[in-house]
Amino acid sequence: MPKPFEPVPKREAELRAAFWDQVRSFPDGQKIKECLQCGTCTGTCPVSYTMDITPRETVALFRAGLIEEILHSRTIWICASCYSCTVRCPVGIRVTDTLYALKRLAMSKKIYPDNYPVHALSKAFIANLYKYGRNFELGLGATYLLKTAPLKAISSAGFGMAMMSRGRMSLIPHSIKKVNEVRAIIDRANQLEGV
Amino acid sequence: MEFAYYPGCSLEYTAKPYDQSTREVFKALGIGLREVEDWNCCGATMYMSINKLVAYSVSARNLAIAQNMGCDICAPCSSCYTILRKTNQYVQWDPHARDKINEALSAAKLSYEGQVKVRHPLDILINDVGLNAIVAKTRYRLDGLRVAPYYGCQIVRPQAEFDDPDDPQTMDKLLAALGAEIVPYPDKVRCCGGMLMTTYEEVAQNLNHDLLRSAEENGAEVIATLCPLCQMNLESYQPKINKRFNTHHHMPVVFFTQLLGLALGVEPAKLGLDSLLVRLTNPKLKAKAAEVAV
Repeated sequence: MPKPFEPVPKREAELRAAFWDQVRSFPDGQKIKECLQCGTCTGTCPVSYTMDITPRETVALFRAGLIEEILHSRTIWICASCYSCTVRCPVGIRVTDTLYALKRLAMSKKIYPDNYPVHALSKAFIANLYKYGRNFELGLGATYLLKTAPLKAISSAGFGMAMMSRGRMSLIPHSIKKVNEVRAIIDRANQLEGV
Repeated sequence: MEFAYYPGCSLEYTAKPYDQSTREVFKALGIGLREVEDWNCCGATMYMSINKLVAYSVSARNLAIAQNMGCDICAPCSSCYTILRKTNQYVQWDPHARDKINEALSAAKLSYEGQVKVRHPLDILINDVGLNAIVAKTRYRLDGLRVAPYYGCQIVRPQAEFDDPDDPQTMDKLLAALGAEIVPYPDKVRCCGGMLMTTYEEVAQNLNHDLLRSAEENGAEVIATLCPLCQMNLESYQPKINKRFNTHHHMPVVFFTQLLGLALGVEPAKLGLDSLLVRLTNPKLKAKAAEVAV
């Protein structure tokens, strides 16, 4: 008699459930089940050469029950969100949106340290938005660099000066008038997430 | 014809020339732009990586305000354009999501039904105004200016609303109608790396190096863009790229609205042409710009 399938380990099962919750929440999210493994996504991706796991392989690994491996890869953070894979996938899988789902999953499960470049940038960006209602570019760059690579802040100063001399960078952040509205929306949405 | 204008954060500073030239061009063509009142950041790709409901709710505040203004949105930034459109799609696709977003919006006494269209200036210029009407209003021609039209990612993807995702033609046609010579540019929709320039700089430098080299090899003397991030990556990182690859890139990267503005006879200073890090050096164009300034 054939042996019954081994149950998926608890951690993997949890992550998979959370992943399905994420992909169910955008149109065509479930099409990932129909992946042909043709590799068009990887072939069309301008940065796949620098990924440790290619876009095609992420689906293969997911099917093999190794989602944690995907979440630990740098692949999901290398994706620049250019949507080439999405428009070329013959099945119509929204690869970019699927990677966003994995990003959210990795962030919420705290897979990476806080000073991981993408996290630091995202957090600095979102703090700006909450504080001012808009993005304050100089503040964003400075906060990000100080968190991740203080020495790089010096080499980037030239760029900042050049932009400033052309009136394309501001030293002072300015807030929108109804920033309280934005904060209220963010707070409420945070409470509602997952409801 | 009037639109609710959503400049987005980049157009306030790093891409100020894009803001200036878009406003000038629309004014010259008699299209109204009313700024979305007290707009907020669209959330860009950042919130999408953290919390989707927050991302859509923040973006929806702008759509709700435009709905109250009774206008469709004109959004020049590729990232804002994509995020606002995705928000629309999400609100229309999933009634449950629409309810949740509206519940979040209600914290600011706003609501949104998903009816505001989000348009890009290029789309409006080509499809609403039309090439003939634009050419009829031009005062100068861009004759002999060799342009590589660069579309980048998010205007034609993931939803190719007004142009082809692999070989878009709208900017080619517009600039050609103004007299410019469009050089072959097979990399026209290849990604510039976007925010990778901050997080994985070397990867982004490779991409931009390829884009610059391809434009040069095809004989371009200027790259025309329609996205703030593409423009900044391609323009401001040339010194770093030159150092790393031992190259001599010195390529002006302009917004397509700046070239259109010149052709329409707008003063170069009002188009933000002085704010470029690599200036346009085409002698004929310079002469024309000087002529306009007089």
